[in-house]
Amino acid sequence: MAETGTLAQVTVGLSSCGIAAGAADVMSAFESEIAARNLDVRLRRTGCVGMCYSEPIVDVDLPGEGRQTYGGITAEQVGRIVEEHLVGGTPVEEWLVRAEDRELPDEAYYSRQVRLVLRNAGTIDPESIDEYIEAGGYAALEKALTSMTPNDVIAVMKESGLRGRGGAGFPTGVKWDLAKKSPGEKKYVIVNADEGDPGAFMDRSILEGDPHSVLEGLAIAGFAIGADEGYFYVRAEYPLAVKRLEIAIADARERGFIGDGLFGTDFSFDVHVKEGAGAFVCGEETALMASIEGRRGMPRIRPPYPAVEGLWRKPSNINNVETYANVPWIIANGPEAYAAYGTETSKGTKVFALAGKIARGGLVEVPMGIGLREVIDEVGGGVPGDHEFKAVQLGGPSGGCIPREHFDIAVDYESLVKTGAIMGSGGMVVMDDTTCMVDIARFFLNFTQDESCGKCTFCRVGTKRMLEVLERICEGEGREGDIELLEELGDKIVSSSLCGLGQSAPNPVLTTLRYFRDEYEAHINEKRCPAHACKPLLTYTIDPEACTGCTLCDKVCPVGAVSGERKGIHTIDQELCTKCDACRAACKFDAVIVE
Amino acid sequence: MGATHHAREATDENLAVVDEIAAEYAGRPGSLIPILQRVQARVGYLPADVMERIAERAGVPASQVFGVASFYSQFRLKPAGKHVARVCHGTACHVQGAPALTDALCAELGVEDGETTPDGEFTVESVACVGCCSLAPVMMIEDDTFGRLTPDEARRIVRKYGK
Ligand SMILES: Cc1cc2nc3c(=O)[nH]c(=O)nc-3n(C[C@H](O)[C@H](O)[C@H](O)COP(=O)(O)O)c2cc1C
Ligand code: FES
Repeated sequence: MAETGTLAQVTVGLSSCGIAAGAADVMSAFESEIAARNLDVRLRRTGCVGMCYSEPIVDVDLPGEGRQTYGGITAEQVGRIVEEHLVGGTPVEEWLVRAEDRELPDEAYYSRQVRLVLRNAGTIDPESIDEYIEAGGYAALEKALTSMTPNDVIAVMKESGLRGRGGAGFPTGVKWDLAKKSPGEKKYVIVNADEGDPGAFMDRSILEGDPHSVLEGLAIAGFAIGADEGYFYVRAEYPLAVKRLEIAIADARERGFIGDGLFGTDFSFDVHVKEGAGAFVCGEETALMASIEGRRGMPRIRPPYPAVEGLWRKPSNINNVETYANVPWIIANGPEAYAAYGTETSKGTKVFALAGKIARGGLVEVPMGIGLREVIDEVGGGVPGDHEFKAVQLGGPSGGCIPREHFDIAVDYESLVKTGAIMGSGGMVVMDDTTCMVDIARFFLNFTQDESCGKCTFCRVGTKRMLEVLERICEGEGREGDIELLEELGDKIVSSSLCGLGQSAPNPVLTTLRYFRDEYEAHINEKRCPAHACKPLLTYTIDPEACTGCTLCDKVCPVGAVSGERKGIHTIDQELCTKCDACRAACKFDAVIVE
Repeated sequence: MGATHHAREATDENLAVVDEIAAEYAGRPGSLIPILQRVQARVGYLPADVMERIAERAGVPASQVFGVASFYSQFRLKPAGKHVARVCHGTACHVQGAPALTDALCAELGVEDGETTPDGEFTVESVACVGCCSLAPVMMIEDDTFGRLTPDEARRIVRKYGK
């Protein structure tokens, strides 16, 4: 909350990424410092504000002064912040990353953002229903229940233009309408929080930072389609999200936002949380429902769609976490306000998870249609160090790599598909000149091959064949005809798989072949990895001109492959060398050459 | 069924755990996965006898229990080490050097990826994204997450747990 009244306030970001960076220690350091000095300070927690690159993050608000944000804080630094800022009233300037009253360099990370979904993330305490309500929470549910009909709600959703954020981009209002019109007394609404794309973390962050927003959106959906029961299906790897969600549900139940006869109407709504058990395919909607029912998560043929026959064979509506988090904002602010952002066919905003070779990795929410270059370079700060941007991967195992030549495209559903990638869930993994695109293709095929449920032959066996080909190319055993073989297998898998997993599994290979064919050819024809990433294709040698005989490489080599006298030139025994890179990393004179 | 493939290691204590947990879910359809999850959290893994008991108590065929347990990667049919080092091999972590972390840990502990040390201290595993991609490469030991790791740091952390 921006308004704190008269009390000084310290806020520590305690989401998974913050905690991994040491935020819990920072929190306890503040606790003991504040107690030791007997200060009248409100110490509070919040979720992820999105600046993951700067975790742990600490906000200090002094009464009457704007919020000041510290980044990369350790427990050791806490004493000085307390002493100089809280007691002395002067911020520790060199540790600040953002300030409300003046422009610091990281402002660029925020200036392009429009935070609708992330409206409360990093500001409210996710474990406090009061803070959510204070920020306007549950007003949208009340508005829908007490002043709108289910059809009104659906009309608003259609008008907003919101499309599903789980990957396929199906219009949410249309989906709700189908479920509403589907005959049946008993219906379900489901939140897909399986977040399977390895490299995406927006759903985790939303659930950890603002769980009530998703719960409220779900209840509104329940009202719209006529469902009195909802399910959250959350990945097993997200224990903190589950914990905060359960707190949110218990608090909402106690306050009467969940339960019987909500807001004096005859609408009743209850929810359950189900934890996944580690299967990527369970993100697919029909597999997810099989998993809730306690079965193996195997996708089934659609139609019938879940709207007609879903969970326990009842009409069901399933949406992604981010989709639901948009709903209360749209109901509260009106569909026009939402549709004012974005493009003709892609309305509103989208949350992206920036990771990989990028200076400012984290979560950003930007209007649809923003330039890809703006997101990567301006918001994300581009590729760090003196490396060069090569590609950005979107859509995970179902998506593709977008090369520099398409850097100027707009980020919306249609433009992305034209490049061969997809919007997907919004994970953007940036790659630079040290990333081998053949290796990336192999990485994804390994993933999908592993996660294929095995039901469709081409998905099961075809991905395995493709993986074998990619493995041999990376090992320097690539043959003429391998590229054509990959293309042929890819086409067949796409056309003969039942669910999206198989249908899209070849995408990472096909898009890298399209844009980085030269890298494949270098591996196959010249047995060379241009990015110096495929170990079997590398040779480590020592440049006699540069070597000073400092013996450091000899010391770090774990297999004794380096030999040479002190002050004499060193050499590497190619038979023994395992290409572990330790010598190159250790050499202070850049004398180790990798080719 | 299937029991011959697995060690029969169910103790009375483990069976009592099953009875206790299954009783909580009595009459609630679709509870097999949460029962398996909670039993595994207490017992450490899912021995064959324990799964048979779950089938009995939850009123589902044993074949379904085995089928579900083998389908989901979360379920262990073999005991794990006292500490489980889970190295993330998601996209961001892969690009930022996850393979070198796994290599370093396997070399340090003298095991292959997915294996447990003979003294039962450590298991090294690869997992898909743990959702801290901006801190890549990432490793989890039990519930603690470590980010921005180098192979050396990963080794040092594992040594600390070993003590
Ligand atoms: C293999 C596969 C994995 C999927 N994983 C997810 C996921 O992790 N999260 C998600 O929201 N949707 C996922 N989907 C999409 C869902 O099937 C479904 O379209 C989505 O939950 C609908 O929600 P939306 O309309 O709000 O996007 C996946 C689809 C496939 C084929
Ligand atoms: S890719 Fe490793 S945490 Fe996401």
